[in-house]
Amino acid sequence: MPDIVPIFIILTKIVILTFVVVLSLVPVAVYFERRFSAVIQDRVGPNRVGIPLTLFGAKKDFHLFGLIQPIADGIKLFLKEDFTPSHVREAFYWLAPALTVVPALITVCVVPFGSPLTLPDGTKIPLVIADIDIGPLFVFSVASLSVYGITLAGWASNSKFPFIGGVRSTAQMISYEISLGLSIIPVLLYFGELNLGKIVQHQAENGWLLLPLWKDGSLCLPDLQTALFWIPAVISFFIFTISIFAETNRMPFDLPECETELVGGYHTEYSSMKFAMFFMGEYAAMVIGSALIVTLFLGGWSMGFTLDAKIADWNFAGFGIAGLIHLGVFLTKLIAFILFFILVRWTVPRFRYDQLMKLGWVVFFEAALINVFLAALIIAAPDLTKTILAVGAVLLIAVTAAVVWVAKVSEEKPKLVRA
Amino acid sequence: MAVVKLKRPKLDLGEKIYFGALIKGFFLTMRHAFRSLRGKSVGAKDLESSGLGVTMQYPEQKWDEHLPEHYRGAPALVTDEQGRERCVSCQLCEFICPPKAIKITPGEIPSDDPWAKVEKRPLEFEIDMIRCIYCGMCEEVCPEQAIYLRKDYAITGLTRKDMVHDKKKLYEIGGVRTGLVNKWNELK
Repeated sequence: MPDIVPIFIILTKIVILTFVVVLSLVPVAVYFERRFSAVIQDRVGPNRVGIPLTLFGAKKDFHLFGLIQPIADGIKLFLKEDFTPSHVREAFYWLAPALTVVPALITVCVVPFGSPLTLPDGTKIPLVIADIDIGPLFVFSVASLSVYGITLAGWASNSKFPFIGGVRSTAQMISYEISLGLSIIPVLLYFGELNLGKIVQHQAENGWLLLPLWKDGSLCLPDLQTALFWIPAVISFFIFTISIFAETNRMPFDLPECETELVGGYHTEYSSMKFAMFFMGEYAAMVIGSALIVTLFLGGWSMGFTLDAKIADWNFAGFGIAGLIHLGVFLTKLIAFILFFILVRWTVPRFRYDQLMKLGWVVFFEAALINVFLAALIIAAPDLTKTILAVGAVLLIAVTAAVVWVAKVSEEKPKLVRA
Repeated sequence: MAVVKLKRPKLDLGEKIYFGALIKGFFLTMRHAFRSLRGKSVGAKDLESSGLGVTMQYPEQKWDEHLPEHYRGAPALVTDEQGRERCVSCQLCEFICPPKAIKITPGEIPSDDPWAKVEKRPLEFEIDMIRCIYCGMCEEVCPEQAIYLRKDYAITGLTRKDMVHDKKKLYEIGGVRTGLVNKWNELK
């Protein structure tokens, strides 16, 4: 009998965190996307959908600033004809949309949404579905599966534009996964930990990775090593964020579906809910990507500035509410980052395909590699003698110079030889 | 013509890194966002914006006073100062109408009518507003200055039949139009 309770708790966590928190963030992201882009472009955006009181004889409708718009969109997509063209390879055609959504939702399970909730009898429920010790690796391994969805969609549609979109997407995702993986190695070196929950706990106590302004529960300036590590941390953050943009096919890198060249890209042949699944997959990936960035670099659920220890004991009728406050903080950070995603979308124009590949392979790959060594040097510095440190620094500078030189030389076009 | 060879501009390091331009872009988009939230976008005042961006929100705000002089709305028939129907049912508009939206049934004016000398007027004049493309050809072709495009733009109906404007409706929209050429007044 007592075995049932933990299983029930796990099931509740899965249902609430995946379907209530993350899946409902998807329509919220869509709503913000539409309203924020409208505001940027001096428009109004969807602001009408609400409760149609005029149908019941009232003078005015009650429109919740259009917050219900995503529901209306969803109903529209549900009611549309689900059309399967006759020329597609059906099994894969049906499989592809699911393959883009499911990996994005599976990765939810390692993201820590808040500090543990405390029940009246003292038991603690961690606000993470699977508290495993390989968090980021799990996210990468599962999230990279979603490329299969897009590739299969492109191939199974059996038509030109989706095919080109699928191929582009595959090439792009594989290229950026390298810099994505390499860029967080400094972070993992710093924390010495792959458990996302413990990473966040460490940041709550010792300062966020990008904001190391407190240590062991008191505000202070960072020591020399932490201050120096800030440089590789920022480079990591930069490369990681941009690679996440590429991984989620967001705007500066949305070549797989660029309308001007490829009609709709890989989802050209899809309609109704199958199209909506691709849509949801993209936004779910965006939510998870932001969650990962917030968790690794911006302190996850922690409020920072040593406030976390102060609220740790707050409770309401025996229930510790610190976990819920932290959940709110995490979601706030998440939504702020989603807004940043949207701002980038409406600011940066789309890259050309060769620029995209060059950025991935020539710039970010090398930068991430050098960054790993820089971070390692800084972390190992206290244990090294001055000579070794100097040699390491010189070597690092030499390698950096060599890489920059190679990149510069490779950029020059060969001279035309005239016959 | 001489061939002018254009050289691509050489970018300096700052331009190549491209980061400054990005930051500039962020400031530009954010400035637009803040301005449109405060209702102070460029042109918001001239466009009578609702306070968000430059948009006027339709059912509450209407742009009727802002319609330009040359606006082409629903075509309508007009009467002159004496209350005479100006249309003589010559059917030129019916023939020119590109989408064939106009249907005229000509009728004779009885001899006891004060305007018997005009001889003809439409017995029935129908414009199918589903077909009408607001091109203004009817207005241009009319030799009697009887049909004009007015500024009504919200033409709605629940059935196809609602959308066909009959003669009564057309005169209702058109109303009286004064100051036109009145060749029939002098004619014996």
